[in-house]
Parts: sequence; structure tokens; C-alpha cells
Amino acid sequence: MEIAAQIGDEVTSGLAYIGELAALGWRAAYFTFVGPFRGRPIRFRSAISQAMQVGVGALPILSLITFFIGLILALQSAYELRKFGALNYVAGAVALSMTRELGPLITAILVIGRSGSAFAAEIGTMRVTEEIDALETMAIDPVDFLVTPKFLAMIVMLPCLTIWANAMGILGGALFGVSAANFTWGRYLQASLDALYLRDITTGLIKSVMFGITITAVGCYEGLATGAGPEEVGRSTTRAVVISIFLVVMVDLVFTALFFFLGNG
Amino acid sequence: MEKLSGEKNGADTKAADVLISVRNLHVRYAQREILHGINLEAHSGETVVILGGSGSGKSTLLRTMVGLEKPSGGEIWIAGKNLAVISAPDLKEIRKKMGMSFQGGALFGSMTVGENVALPLREHTKLEESTIEIMVRLKLEHVGLLGYESYMPSQLSGGMKKRAAVARALAMDPAILFFDEPSAGLDPIIAAGIDNLILQLKKAFHMTIIVVTHELASAFLIADRMILIDKGYVVAAGTPENMRDCTQPRVRQFLDRVAEPEVAGEMDYLQMLTEGTSNTEGTVEDKRGA
Ligand SMILES: Nc1ncnc2c1ncn2[C@@H]1O[C@H](COP(=O)(O)OP(=O)(O)OP(=O)(O)O)[C@@H](O)[C@H]1O
Ligand SMILES: [Mg+2]
Repeated sequence: MEIAAQIGDEVTSGLAYIGELAALGWRAAYFTFVGPFRGRPIRFRSAISQAMQVGVGALPILSLITFFIGLILALQSAYELRKFGALNYVAGAVALSMTRELGPLITAILVIGRSGSAFAAEIGTMRVTEEIDALETMAIDPVDFLVTPKFLAMIVMLPCLTIWANAMGILGGALFGVSAANFTWGRYLQASLDALYLRDITTGLIKSVMFGITITAVGCYEGLATGAGPEEVGRSTTRAVVISIFLVVMVDLVFTALFFFLGNG
Repeated sequence: MEKLSGEKNGADTKAADVLISVRNLHVRYAQREILHGINLEAHSGETVVILGGSGSGKSTLLRTMVGLEKPSGGEIWIAGKNLAVISAPDLKEIRKKMGMSFQGGALFGSMTVGENVALPLREHTKLEESTIEIMVRLKLEHVGLLGYESYMPSQLSGGMKKRAAVARALAMDPAILFFDEPSAGLDPIIAAGIDNLILQLKKAFHMTIIVVTHELASAFLIADRMILIDKGYVVAAGTPENMRDCTQPRVRQFLDRVAEPEVAGEMDYLQMLTEGTSNTEGTVEDKRGA
């Protein structure tokens, strides 16, 4: 009985948390999409500088990681495919796993580490130093001022990064294909493209947009919910990272299942 | 000086209506009540000084008066609106007429001093960028920080941060100004400068100013009305003259800056000891929610 009650409590508080995130996302969406029609311009300058940090700043490390992931995928699938003498299917296997799953997921996890944590730390520090309070006394909505540009930057940059990650992963696979499986670069690329349908890419991108929303909502929510004292900033940053990773995997599961049962997968 | 503020006060009570009225205000953080029924009034154009020992709840009172903390009881009337039950849009409108300088400055660390001061102007007015620049320089000049527009807050000393925060609070030429210890930690000359600024703002712009301070000399110089808070209760309230003449031991102790054992007669000493115990309990409670 007690365990059941405890599980019940956990589920309730989990749902409440997701409700809070949704409320935050909703307000940010309001400021992004409804605000401009009410005479408050979108904060483009701020959004662009966020986009540079979230997107451009992540490119080098993301390229490196996804290139190696692609290479690893090629090696792993070759291990099995070799038994059937079907090494030429490596290209397809890599392309599909990257675009449908690993591209969006690896990108999201990297962005959580770089930007989700930074959001929580930045906003949390502002909470501790009373900067959020100062915004409020100036009649400036902290969600409008701080959170909205981050949402905008994330929703645009995460799919872009994901496309880039897909490409780098395929390139990594190609390195294996060319050096160990008698592909030429051109033939490997052709084989990859042949294996892909447009929907493989679009479902991945839809997921990446949802990941972006999740990461921003968690990072900003944890930042805003920071308690008093500098040590609280560290705590909310850690929470932001852990909760984001968990929720991203959950969102991944939900959408993958959705696509599967809708027959798109 | 005494005479001057006396005259002012007399004129104000006749002419001006009550702009701020705090009635039986209770505020709690989690389970612990910090303010136990505060009453305070400020007429428009008046400077009210809030005095009190460290931890007595001065900052909490100020934060509640700008709507950052929700009261657990009582009312805060500002310009005809009760902040205890106010709607978000109304609060926003009132806040555009208020300026607040925080105890720790609360400057935005990611913006230069100039951008900090310009922010409310950029957000709430449609002024030309060149006009904003001039206004920023004007406000910084008021607090003796002209030439520091492009500095980051981290490049300023503690006192300079404080003054920059005052400049930011002045940015919108608010009708009501809240200062949380504007001159604590400043050298005497700069602190006198802040006092002058406050007197000037009152005289030239008829601003209503609420100041939290520890500095007695400064308090008596700028105040039209004072309240002394101790452990969340108002111990005394009145004009500076009333305060000076007040014979209540707690008030005398604070105003005469006497260390506690020296004022103590036998009974006082006993009382002080018992209060001392409740103080200790207070500090234990202070280690809340770490
Ligand atoms: N965010 C908070 N959560 C819980 N308790 C708090 C919080 N802020 C202040 N307090 C408590 O409220 C009491 C009053 O604090 P406050 O900051 O109002 O004092 P103060 O009069 O401004 O002191 P000082 O002169 O040192 O600035 C203190 O005992 C403090 O422990
Ligand atoms: Mg204080």
C-alpha cells in the first residue's frame, strides 16, 4: 500500500512539474507569437546572440562527436552484416540510425550539456543576485525578457544542428565504407540517400524541435526556481541537466511511438 | 535643517494626499513570520526613512512594498491600488512609476552600466537612441559616474555599483523611489552626495522617497518622517523631531548608538538578557532552508 501511495505521489509531482514547464512554454509562446501583434517586438538581437551561442558555438564539438558516432555505427553494423556478405548495406544502416534516432538525440544531449545547463546557471545567478527581482520592479517580464529569446534560438538552432549532425554521421560512416568496404565516396553517399525517405529526416527534425522546447523549458524553469544562495545555482544547474536528459528520452519515446503507430515510421 | 523639514512636513500634510499606506502588514517566509503588523504612511513628495537593526525586516518591508513578496496579511495601498490583491497588469502600470535600488545593487551582470540604466527606457519608451544616451549620461552624472557607461558591473567597486543602481532606479523619473541602504559602504563624501541627491529629487521633482538606512546622520538630514523597526515590529514612528525627543529605551538605544550593557539599569539589563535569548533563537531559525 505504502509503495503504491509513494508511486502515486511521485507521479502527481511529476505531472505537476510537467504542467509548470508547459505553463512556462506557453507564456514564452505567447510572447513570441501573440506579442508582436500587441506592439511588443520580438527580441531579435537577443535571440540571435543566443542562437550564436546555442548553435554556432556547438558546431565544432558536435561535428567531431557525430563523425565518430557515424564511424562507430558503421563498424558495429558491419560486424553483423559481414556475416551475410552484405557490407554494402552499411551505408543505409548508418544513414537510417543517424537521421531517425542518433542525430537528434546526440545533438540534444550535447546541447543540454552546453546550453541547457548555461540557461539554468545564467538565470539562477540572476535570481540569486536579485536581478530577476530588479527586472520585475522595472515592469519587465522575466519570461519575456530572458526566456523567449532562448526558446526562439533553440527552436531554430536545434533542427539545424541536427541536420548537420546527420551529415557528419553519414560522413563518418563513409570513412569506414571507403577504407574497408570497397565504396567510393560518391557511391557511399548515393547508397545513403537511396536508403532514406524524406520522412526519416522529417520525423527526426520534428523530434529535435520538441527536444529544443523541452531543454529550454527545463533550463529556464530550474533557473527561475533557484533558491537563495550561490550553492543553489549549482544545484539547479545539475537538476536542469539530469531532468532534461530524462525528459528528452521520454519525448523521444513518445514521438517515436506516435510515428510508428501513425504508420509514418 | 530641522526647521526646514518641519515646514515641509506641515505643508505636505495639508496639501498632499496619502500616496503610500501600509496597514497592519504581515509577511512570512515559509513558516517564519518576519513582519508582524507594520503600519506606515507616506504623503506624496515626502521622504520616509525606515530605520532598524540588521535583520529587523527592512528589506523585506521594501520588497513587499514593490510587490516582490506577497503579504500574508494586511494591505499596501499605493496610488489607490492595494498591492495585496492587485492584478498583474495594474501592478505593471504602478511599477512603471516606481524606481527601486536594491541593497546589493542587482545590476545586470551581462550588460554595461550604460545599458543597465538605459534598459527601462528602451523597454517602456519609444525614445530615440540618441535621446536615451543623453538621459543615461544625465542619470550617471547625478550619481557621479559619468564616463563609466561602457564599464561592466564587475569592473566597478561596491560603492560604484550601488550608485549605478541608484542611477538605474532614476532612469524613468519615477514618482516613487525605493532605496535599500543607498549609502551603506560608501565613503562619507559620496554618501553625502547621495543625501544631496535625495534632497534634490524631493525638491525639484517632488518625488516620494522611501529610504532604508543605518546612517543616522543621513536619516535625520533627509527624513520628513521616520519609522524604527525592531524584529518586525514598528517601535516608533514620527517626524525626526518626535524621534529625537522620544524617550523609549529601544529608540534611545538605537539613536544614541549605545552599546547595550552601558544603557542597562538593573531591570533593563535583565530585559536585555532575556531578549538576548530570543535573539539566539532567531539566529538558529535563520539557518533555514539551506
Ligand atoms: N528569502 C528569504 N527567505 C527566508 N528568510 C528570509 C529571506 N530573506 C530574509 N529573510 C529573513 O528575514 C529577516 C529580515 O531580513 P531583511 O533582509 O528584511 O532584514 P534587514 O532589516 O534588511 O537587514 P539588513 O539591515 O542586514 O539588510 C531575517 O531574519 C532573514 O533571516
Ligand atoms: Mg536589508
